[in-house]
Amino acid sequence: MEILMSILIGFLFMAAVYLILSRSLLRIIIGTGLLSHGTHLLLLTMGGLGGKAAPVLSDGVTDYADPLPQALILTAIVISFGVTAFSLVLAYRTYNELGTDNMDLMKGTEDND
Amino acid sequence: MKTNDLIMQTTTKVVFFIIFLFSIHIFFAGHYTPGGGFVGGLLMSSAIVLLLLAFDLKTVKEMLPINYTVVTAVGLLISLATAAGSIFFNVPFFTHVYDYFYLPLLGETSIHTAMFFDTGVYLVVVGVTMTIIQMIGGDE
Amino acid sequence: MINLLLFPILIPFLFAAILLFFPKKVKAQRIITIIGLLTALSSAFVLLWKVKTDGVQSLTLGSWAPPFGITMVSDMMSALLVTSSLLIGLFVVWFSFTSIGIEREKSFYYPAILFMLTGVNGAFTTGDIFNMFVFFEVLLMSSYVLIVLGGEKVQLRESIKYILVNIVSSSLFVITVGYLYSVVGTLNMADISIKLADIGQAGIVTVIAVLFLIVFGIKGAIFPLFFWLPGSYAAPPIPILTLFGALLTKVGVYAIIRTYTLFFTTDIGFTHELLMIVSILTIIAGCIGALAYFDVKKIIIYNIIIAVGVILFGASVMNESGMMGSMFYLIHDILIKGALFLLIGIIIHITGTSDLRKMGGLIKRYPVLGWSYLIAAFGLAGIPPLSGFIGKLLIIQGGFENELLWQSIFILASSLIVLLSAIRIFIYAFWGEEKGALDFHPKTYRHLLAPTITLVVLTVLYGVGSEYLVPFMTDATAVLLDPSVYSNAVFGGGK
Repeated sequence: MEILMSILIGFLFMAAVYLILSRSLLRIIIGTGLLSHGTHLLLLTMGGLGGKAAPVLSDGVTDYADPLPQALILTAIVISFGVTAFSLVLAYRTYNELGTDNMDLMKGTEDND
Repeated sequence: MKTNDLIMQTTTKVVFFIIFLFSIHIFFAGHYTPGGGFVGGLLMSSAIVLLLLAFDLKTVKEMLPINYTVVTAVGLLISLATAAGSIFFNVPFFTHVYDYFYLPLLGETSIHTAMFFDTGVYLVVVGVTMTIIQMIGGDE
Repeated sequence: MINLLLFPILIPFLFAAILLFFPKKVKAQRIITIIGLLTALSSAFVLLWKVKTDGVQSLTLGSWAPPFGITMVSDMMSALLVTSSLLIGLFVVWFSFTSIGIEREKSFYYPAILFMLTGVNGAFTTGDIFNMFVFFEVLLMSSYVLIVLGGEKVQLRESIKYILVNIVSSSLFVITVGYLYSVVGTLNMADISIKLADIGQAGIVTVIAVLFLIVFGIKGAIFPLFFWLPGSYAAPPIPILTLFGALLTKVGVYAIIRTYTLFFTTDIGFTHELLMIVSILTIIAGCIGALAYFDVKKIIIYNIIIAVGVILFGASVMNESGMMGSMFYLIHDILIKGALFLLIGIIIHITGTSDLRKMGGLIKRYPVLGWSYLIAAFGLAGIPPLSGFIGKLLIIQGGFENELLWQSIFILASSLIVLLSAIRIFIYAFWGEEKGALDFHPKTYRHLLAPTITLVVLTVLYGVGSEYLVPFMTDATAVLLDPSVYSNAVFGGGK
């Protein structure tokens, strides 16, 4: 199971890197989204995939999943939600202001303001 | 953008309240089972987004004349005040307490300081999400 | 008051939340921000005194037992850094009154600064590695807001790159924390320190150490990860640049020093050697940049990179003099970079350009500005008895003690380049014929000069009075060199 997860995570990272390296701003933001998904899955895998029951206290259950990675992932999801929302707003504003979503045209050398 | 979709608008008027009540349910469910302020807040903002889809921004602003920045600020203050209450008792920050109370209509109810903290989280989530959505949707 | 160490974090947060209610009332915003910063600063001073008298302070949130809850730890190093970051925040806000412009003040400028200080102080204080990530995000989110505030074209363009770099580095941070968690099964920094010492010299630990170096290196702008910094920092207006230049890279540097003294002490031969090589390369890259540009902002920005290299070199030698030198230099650099950025801010305000070739002859009309710039430049280069001297002396002494002869001589030589790059600004801007738009309102000038001069005086006092700071620095160094002090404070009766 861990191997499978690792392959999945690697695939997500691969797709994320491909998207981040592309020129369109929107693709880049989707890429960062995939990157954080991969990160969250990695965090889950790193905590170990054992444990059958949800880490909520109830009678007769002893085999809990490790709650800490779940708490960390929740926090990380909230943060990446905020960051993604912010970067979407920023991308929109940039598109309005600069008239392009092409990163190549946003290089900003002295003659290309 | 002015939409005039009668089915959408009529359904939304009902569904909005269902989602709203469900978000409240999820919020209180977070007390002992999965749920809580964050998901509750997201549900609430999705309800408002549904309103925005069915009607336009201006109409929704007239329906719900809320300044979402203030909602965020109130949420932050509620959360901070709940957590900071522990300072006055000289116990570590975020220390929580709970007790059982007899409330009219509800009967025996457990009230937990984490719930007040979550109220703050709920408001912050609604405030921040709606601020961002208004910012993107605001100018045509 | 066991919660004392949280006050420098909570007070800016509280005031920022209050400020969100009335963004358009500029006067009220200013007054409340100043009140908030002064309160936070005084609490930081009380904390400093408390740490000095009672040793390392620690508190585990929510009354959980130490390895399980989130622990906040305030040792001398973090108390000093918290105090100086609030100090810089105060000066920047004071400077902003006349320079940032009413439009930005109305769009959540002051709350963003206060939220950023919350994040910075939190990152300095936290004793939990994941919580450090959260505070990093708090300060990064506020820095995103600050860097794009105003929405000029160049700001939008640069902020996209800034955000992208930081998103990637944050993901790496979480990944590294995940690896670390899978190795030690805990997130409490004191607990990690103990468990890693038990594990000893394992390959995976070294991998994690290098990953942490990359993560914090992106934030702290070490070679070769500083590529994003000059462009992004040059985009926002001067007060924001000051805040970023003085504080944000230092958070990365703090995190490197903290992890490399607390966690990764088992394989010093590899990790600290790497840190040393990287720091030397950082200095070289910074020196080239500082000499290459004619843009005043860029020159000082590259000086940040040089300073990062010098501080990390001191930390990498892992002996008492080097570490103490790093501590001296870290605080010095926060103050002096603040002062220098404010000074060049005034120069840019007067001449209306940041290009050195388009300015000149300012000394005739603005002698006070010229001489205080010269003092700050000498302080930056480390001319005794100014503030940079003692730190650099100790760092080089530490280098010699570890028989790192060439590296130490190299650091000495880099001071000359720093001096040259800073004096170039002086020569171009203050000597020669009068150039540039010189009609500048004297009242605005005085208002801008007041906080700047105060900060310069403060750096001079820091240099002259470094004798009195030695006990503080000794305490900070003691914790850095002996991780058990830190973990004892968390697990023992450190309440």
